[in-house]
Amino acid sequence: MGVTAQLIANGIIAGSIYALVALGYTMVYGVLKFINFAHGEVYMLGAYIAWVVSIGLGLNIIVGTIVAILGCAVIGFLMEKIAYKPLRYSSRLIPLITAIALSLFFQSLALLLFGAEVRTLRQSSVESGMQILGASVTPTQIMILGVSIVLMVGLHVFLKYTKMGKAMRAVADNMQVASVIGINIDRTISAVFIIGSMLAAVGGVLVGYEQNLNPTMGVSMSIKGFTAAVVGGIGNIYGAVIGGFAIGLIENIGIWFIPSGYKDAIAFFILVLMLVLRPQGFFGGKTEEATRG
Amino acid sequence: MGYIEHLLIIICIYIILAVSLNLIMGFTGLLNLGHAAFFGIGAYTSALLTLAGVPFGIAFIASFVVAGMFGFLIGLPCLRLRGDYLAIATLGFGEIIRAVLKNWISLTRGPLGIPGIPKASFFITFDTSVKFLVFAAVIAVVTIGIVSRLVHSPFGRVLKSIREDEIAAQALGKNVMKYKMIALVIGAAFAGIAGSMYAHYITFIDPSSFTLVETILIVSMVVLGGLGSLLGSVIGVIILVLLPEPLRFVQLPSAIVAAIRQMLYAIILIVLMIVRPQGMVGEKRYKARVEE
Repeated sequence: MGVTAQLIANGIIAGSIYALVALGYTMVYGVLKFINFAHGEVYMLGAYIAWVVSIGLGLNIIVGTIVAILGCAVIGFLMEKIAYKPLRYSSRLIPLITAIALSLFFQSLALLLFGAEVRTLRQSSVESGMQILGASVTPTQIMILGVSIVLMVGLHVFLKYTKMGKAMRAVADNMQVASVIGINIDRTISAVFIIGSMLAAVGGVLVGYEQNLNPTMGVSMSIKGFTAAVVGGIGNIYGAVIGGFAIGLIENIGIWFIPSGYKDAIAFFILVLMLVLRPQGFFGGKTEEATRG
Repeated sequence: MGYIEHLLIIICIYIILAVSLNLIMGFTGLLNLGHAAFFGIGAYTSALLTLAGVPFGIAFIASFVVAGMFGFLIGLPCLRLRGDYLAIATLGFGEIIRAVLKNWISLTRGPLGIPGIPKASFFITFDTSVKFLVFAAVIAVVTIGIVSRLVHSPFGRVLKSIREDEIAAQALGKNVMKYKMIALVIGAAFAGIAGSMYAHYITFIDPSSFTLVETILIVSMVVLGGLGSLLGSVIGVIILVLLPEPLRFVQLPSAIVAAIRQMLYAIILIVLMIVRPQGMVGEKRYKARVEE
């Protein structure tokens, strides 16, 4: 049973990262109703910023993480202000084309600045795992799970109890009415991008620390994060978290049955399957009409 | 003077890709982010068939048919989805096909690619670049001609009506799904023959030529020229093929040049979407349309 336990453990840990990224997708979709495909690249840039600060400049990894979070907040903010805001009232396909272009832009930027080599944030040697319920888990992996869960709970508290969190939910629910009752739409949308980008930055740093980073890491994460958001019902925060863990588990258990080269294709397959069979996701509300032509 | 002819051949191949994508995306309004996959399917079909001893002419037609069939298979589930979901689903299919090309080693040799694809020959062998250029130009003109006839026919007007207002088209008794499917299959099939031409011109193919980046390049060409304008697509192709060429003469490593080129395409697209989403010669349709 060791293998099954190991696959489940790997799935949960991968899933916690997918969930962090999925939150950014689902929050932006909830407010602006478009797929911010460049979100995965923010995650990639977060990992690289931390790498530059902690390995390049030799500072502490904690400092690197903080700089990465702040840097991604700025990137997310500027991305919305420069590229998406002028398109807010255009046909839905226009921001999607921009999102794809932004994704390519950030990817080639990382390629130019950092090269195609695979790098890692880790300085120490390989950790030894400990046995938990028959699976071997490293302290880093436990940290990944812990940090992710803390952030998810934090986001829940933020959305539920703070003024800005309530404003975000109001704008997601109905932008016009929200603006009528005096909520500053522009500021709320900026905040959504900033928070989503910060979560993605943490995800990038965690993956960069546990595994490694390269300029194309954002693309596959985009698909997984987006698939997780769709599985959970896009626009639904809690659905995105469950979707993230579901994708992580399906993917890691899936490679037990099919060649590992197809690992990334699993998420695509789930995505297409979900879009066709149940586009509103498992926890989505009445978005059925919005997704079918 | 092989360089000029090479550029012209590349332009012809991209014209076929851009015009076929424009039929799907510009005229029918289906944002297809898997176009490079049809290109790749055509290339692999034609390459594998000719290497198995099938004459080029038949392999060329087979690449048209097989890519069209894949268009149909992908369209069956995906065309039921609306706008951005369709885009992501086609993107997903494109990546699945690339994963198959990369991992089905016994058929495609995976990341190693297929070398030694025979030169195109159709009664005569197009062994020099001038001969191949004539062939490529003829196919490109025929493609433009067919797509032009299609979009200016009553059939094309239905496609445009679906793009403008799908529910209204449906209310007029048009089988929207059928029209969308025909547009997708024809577009995919023409991307397939572009793939065949590419394979038999370069004589080497590998999965890295058919990635999302390639799709974005073709999308950029169509959008730059103008969605729903065939002349625009041709202009968009010429500009985007020639624009990064000066980089070739700068002494830089090829990986850097590739990254700069991608960045250039990305910036053009981003700026275009803000300043002129209808493209250079497109109609003013995609601007400021508020959706409910």
